[in-house]
Amino acid sequence: MNLDWAWVSNNLSMIARLVGQHAILAVVPALAALVISIPLGTLVHRSGRASQAILTVLGILFSIPSLVLFVALPALLHNQILEPVNVAVALTIYSVALLVSSVVEGLRAVPATVKQSASALGFGRVRRLVRVELPLAMPAVFARLRVATVSNIALVSVAVLVGSGALGQLFTLGYDQSFYTPLITGLVLSVLLAVIADVVILLIGRGALPWARGRRTA
Amino acid sequence: MNLFSYLQDGANWLGPDGVLTLLLQHLAYTGAAVALAAVVAIPLGILVGHTGRGFSLVVGLSHGARAIPSLGLLFLAVMLLGTGAVNIVVVLALLALPSILTATAAGVRGADRQAVHAGRALGMTAGQVVTKVEVPLSLPRLVRGLRSATLQVVATATVAAFASGGGLGRILVSGLASRNYAQMFGGALLIGALAVVLYLLLGGIGTLVARRTRPRTTTDRSLAVVHA
Repeated sequence: MNLDWAWVSNNLSMIARLVGQHAILAVVPALAALVISIPLGTLVHRSGRASQAILTVLGILFSIPSLVLFVALPALLHNQILEPVNVAVALTIYSVALLVSSVVEGLRAVPATVKQSASALGFGRVRRLVRVELPLAMPAVFARLRVATVSNIALVSVAVLVGSGALGQLFTLGYDQSFYTPLITGLVLSVLLAVIADVVILLIGRGALPWARGRRTA
Repeated sequence: MNLFSYLQDGANWLGPDGVLTLLLQHLAYTGAAVALAAVVAIPLGILVGHTGRGFSLVVGLSHGARAIPSLGLLFLAVMLLGTGAVNIVVVLALLALPSILTATAAGVRGADRQAVHAGRALGMTAGQVVTKVEVPLSLPRLVRGLRSATLQVVATATVAAFASGGGLGRILVSGLASRNYAQMFGGALLIGALAVVLYLLLGGIGTLVARRTRPRTTTDRSLAVVHA
């Protein structure tokens, strides 16, 4: 297995473009899912009985293989199979499934004494939720956000089989031409991207959530 | 366009390239890969969970494994080792291993400490503590790990069809090649249905197992509340 470094340097702009596409296709759905999951998770947490049913539905959605969603969504969204929107929607669905349960678990873990203290201080339910309960739930959510983002980065390349797949294009290029270099390049870059994203989210979490320092998160 | 036209045509279900054959192949890949992974991961997980050593390593391994793109790994393996069911099953088993390992280790490690101490107090040897106390208590977690691994293998086996493997993914490959969207949609529906059925089935088994290890008598329950 000899790596052709000349190929890499000749194709740097294409590789850079693919890395950028890959990052966007993975990170944007994760962030969208975060924005969706916090209110959704709060509703699920509040809804008691219905919460089990909703979590089961999300679990079922999460169990569906990514390629299945990439193929089936175009029919449901009425667009072409090659469009990146399908990948983005599929990854958002997975990320929501992952994050909602973490929001629910995070909110459940808030000690009753803390909630009672907040109420005793005159916090209304909404203010207590936004200023006390959700901030305490955020460390668990951020931990799951790391998982969701890393998973997304790994899943984007699968989409190349039915259209755009960013770094996945390097995999098919390598496989079709029995050429190891693009394949290894794609693998290394994909893993590197995942590691960087993981560390960035970890650091943002540490910075934005100082109350979580010293506490063990899930 | 009738999205279900491929599935509605009976001819597509029979024969060596038919849905039923591919379904059996897919199940065979999945079963073999998960069994292979379990045979390695469960004993190792019990060891890690019981001794407590290497647990953070296992968790780190799991976290790192999530970053590996399965398509790239599959293509690499086929390029290095060649096609063939055995090679594909080995790659699938490698991908399934971290989930089962982590779940087993976490389950054994998280086994009720009071029960473990009670076992030792009764004079059980370490082996007896493992087999009679820790493993039974870890079963719900273990089944969840097996479920997660199974779903991952079903998904990756689908992708393996694009690397000259068999299984239901072949329907997607043919559909793509002949630009037959109804065929692709039909294939996607089948694979999705398989995944959901396995998810619910293994979830049900997990619930049954969890029921068996829940405290049953009033005395058990009151003890459980103390250290919930």
